[in-house]
Amino acid sequence: MAISTTTADFDSILAEAERRWQALTNGDRPWVRVGTGLAGEAAGGFEVVAAVNAVLAERQIQANVSEVGTLGLCFAEPLLDVQMPNGPRIFYRNVTPQIAQRIVSQHVTGGEPVSEHVLGYLGDAGAAQDGIPDLNDHPMLAQQQRIALRNAGHIDPSDLYQYIANGGYSALNKALTAMTPDEARQEVLTSGLRGRGGAAFPAGVKWGFLAGNPDPNKYILCNCEEGDPGAFNDRGILESDPATVVEGITIAGYACNANRGYVFIRHGHNQPIDRTRAVIEQAYELGLLGQNILGSDFSFDVEVALTGDSYVSGEETALMEAIEGKRSMPRYRPPFPAQVGVFGKPSNINNVKTLAYVPEIVARGGEWFAGIGTRPDPDNRINGSSGTAILCLSGDITYPGLIEVPLGMTFRQVLFDMAGGVPNGKSMKLLQTGGPLGGVLSASDANLDLVLDFDVFRAAGAILGSGGIIVCDEDTCAVDLTRNLIAFCQYESCGKCFPCRMGMSHLLEILERISNLEGTEEDLALMRNIGENMQAGSLCGHGQLGFNPVSSALRYFGDEFEAHIRDKRHTGDCPEQVFSPKLTRR
Amino acid sequence: MDAATQSLIADAVNNQPQSTVTVLSSLLAVEDAIGYIPKEAVEAVASRMDATVNDVWAVATFYPNFRFDPPMEHRVEVCWGPSCHVMGAGRIIAAAQDALGLSDEGDTPDGKATLRYNTCLGACAHAPVMAIDHHLAGRVTPESARDRIATALQSAPSH
Ligand SMILES: Cc1cc2nc3c(=O)[nH]c(=O)nc-3n(C[C@H](O)[C@H](O)[C@H](O)COP(=O)(O)O)c2cc1C
Ligand code: SF4
Ligand code: FES
Repeated sequence: MAISTTTADFDSILAEAERRWQALTNGDRPWVRVGTGLAGEAAGGFEVVAAVNAVLAERQIQANVSEVGTLGLCFAEPLLDVQMPNGPRIFYRNVTPQIAQRIVSQHVTGGEPVSEHVLGYLGDAGAAQDGIPDLNDHPMLAQQQRIALRNAGHIDPSDLYQYIANGGYSALNKALTAMTPDEARQEVLTSGLRGRGGAAFPAGVKWGFLAGNPDPNKYILCNCEEGDPGAFNDRGILESDPATVVEGITIAGYACNANRGYVFIRHGHNQPIDRTRAVIEQAYELGLLGQNILGSDFSFDVEVALTGDSYVSGEETALMEAIEGKRSMPRYRPPFPAQVGVFGKPSNINNVKTLAYVPEIVARGGEWFAGIGTRPDPDNRINGSSGTAILCLSGDITYPGLIEVPLGMTFRQVLFDMAGGVPNGKSMKLLQTGGPLGGVLSASDANLDLVLDFDVFRAAGAILGSGGIIVCDEDTCAVDLTRNLIAFCQYESCGKCFPCRMGMSHLLEILERISNLEGTEEDLALMRNIGENMQAGSLCGHGQLGFNPVSSALRYFGDEFEAHIRDKRHTGDCPEQVFSPKLTRR
Repeated sequence: MDAATQSLIADAVNNQPQSTVTVLSSLLAVEDAIGYIPKEAVEAVASRMDATVNDVWAVATFYPNFRFDPPMEHRVEVCWGPSCHVMGAGRIIAAAQDALGLSDEGDTPDGKATLRYNTCLGACAHAPVMAIDHHLAGRVTPESARDRIATALQSAPSH
């Protein structure tokens, strides 16, 4: 384990960070930033970086080039922007290596933007004179309120100084110098912050369970398993601004008197892993982790722990098994993690997003965060959801991407005003939210008017959960999608308890039968029976919630099941061949 | 097993940079180093972790990312998660099978490539997504998937 050698005071670290930032933005060189998160990579971001570097080298042009995370405008990736000294940032969309070469020769060298590929500018409004639109006016950005994503796409995620120059670590410094651990936790309680990993449990209350445990060895676990297909916000945060999460974990450690933290990430997702490791290493070098952080008597260690491919390893007790290096199968509770967690020690587990908010909450005060979002409405069992929703939009949608909006907005505002609705003149039919276990909603007027709020969603039979929203147009067959969701649940069942292990397999068998127009009326009753047993007899949420995809689809699209069973008729653009992987856990 | 591979295994198991070393972390280190988990690696992990060979096999067989025989020259993954499914993953899988002469997941008989299905490659906004030799590609079409696979098969082995 690295032991910090410096106990530099925060002011001198900040001064150095600001000096470096000034040199980068107002120095004598242009600054080129390219999005190379997972989305940027999938769009060809690395090829763009290589092309930029090649032209710069060939022509011996002096410029800074940084790989950044995601601004969330996935539809426009690879996204590249150029900032001339003291100028605005000019963003280019869907950049290819060829376009990148032109941008370097015409803009970076000649100062002349390549107008036909420009998406917009950020910063100094002088650019507007050249007819370039303000990127903040783009519908995908206009209504955002970026807290956890405040630095995403702006700073080099692997450079801790850039984080600090943009306000980073002022919250930890404040907590260590001006707050007791209890006061820090009180700020999170006041903020009303609810966990973003699915269950929406108040974070400050959960921290209290750990803070109250006198054991000298306690853990803060940060969950970035994120196996939910359709969700990429946790990895989006870690690949764009991992330092906000590391700072959040450290503050949680201080507030709970814990001494160690783990960031838990699935093996193979290299940008989140490498970038998180890079900032942890720098935090040790600057005395922001390790012994006597910033000269205080608080000491805290953080490291990255990797898991193999297993969706269930995101469940809190399975995650502890995986950190211990075992098969990630959930444990029986009690004992609860705050008594017996990882390596037998008291532990607190939070989602990446939950912890990413913490620095801003401590810096600005819990009241500020509580002022964003929805109010409690006890008559309707609405507890209030404070802060923002960090949503991943994918599927049949004009602007797929990653956005952060205040809770309390409606689905309609997000899907139509911001994301531009369904492309190609088709209609919106179905929404899949909160990961496969969240089930489906019809895109009815009533559902589109739902406000983003954890309890409102629950009341409507859906889960806001991790924030994944998959949009499906009129061509999607509800039966076929349900089969796909159950195939996932079946594939990912850890196998520890039979209602889930067998139940998922039987559901999949039945759904394949129905998809192939070979289902019978009895199949519907049979599925309900299996679902009840899974709900009642499963150990963890995977089995308990695993019938949701079927029950929600029957609720909103029962007629399509009838059409397959009774009329032997497909109800969408079904694939000719029903595909579900047969490989499962041994 | 040749001495070079043996030493790669020993190095991976014994020189892990992080401070928490476990059976799983050791297996992942071996996978990163040589692309599979031979029986010699299971034994090395067992001895390093003071675990039984059975304990190590139990972990290795639980996570489907591990394979137990030497990797093919290239690895093709196609996502079938719901975002990709609604954007046409089925057709990409069919195209990949066709390009590789396979009818399901698995290795090609000539030892050139492995086809794997993936539940989510993490770039859902770019669905449908595939990965070749761990490099992501989004918004693929059946044609572009075939082209990418053909290009990969012409290129040098990925490890
Ligand atoms: C099958 C299953 C998978 C889960 N996967 C994740 C996950 O990938 N990420 C996550 O943060 N929480 C996941 N959870 C929820 C965690 O158990 C836990 O509630 C959460 O990490 C707590 O964080 P929060 O209080 O900040 O919401 C999962 C739960 C279940 C039952
Ligand atoms: S409910 Fe399913 S995933 Fe959860 S422990 Fe049981 S078998 Fe494993
Ligand atoms: S569902 Fe295919 S990349 Fe996420």
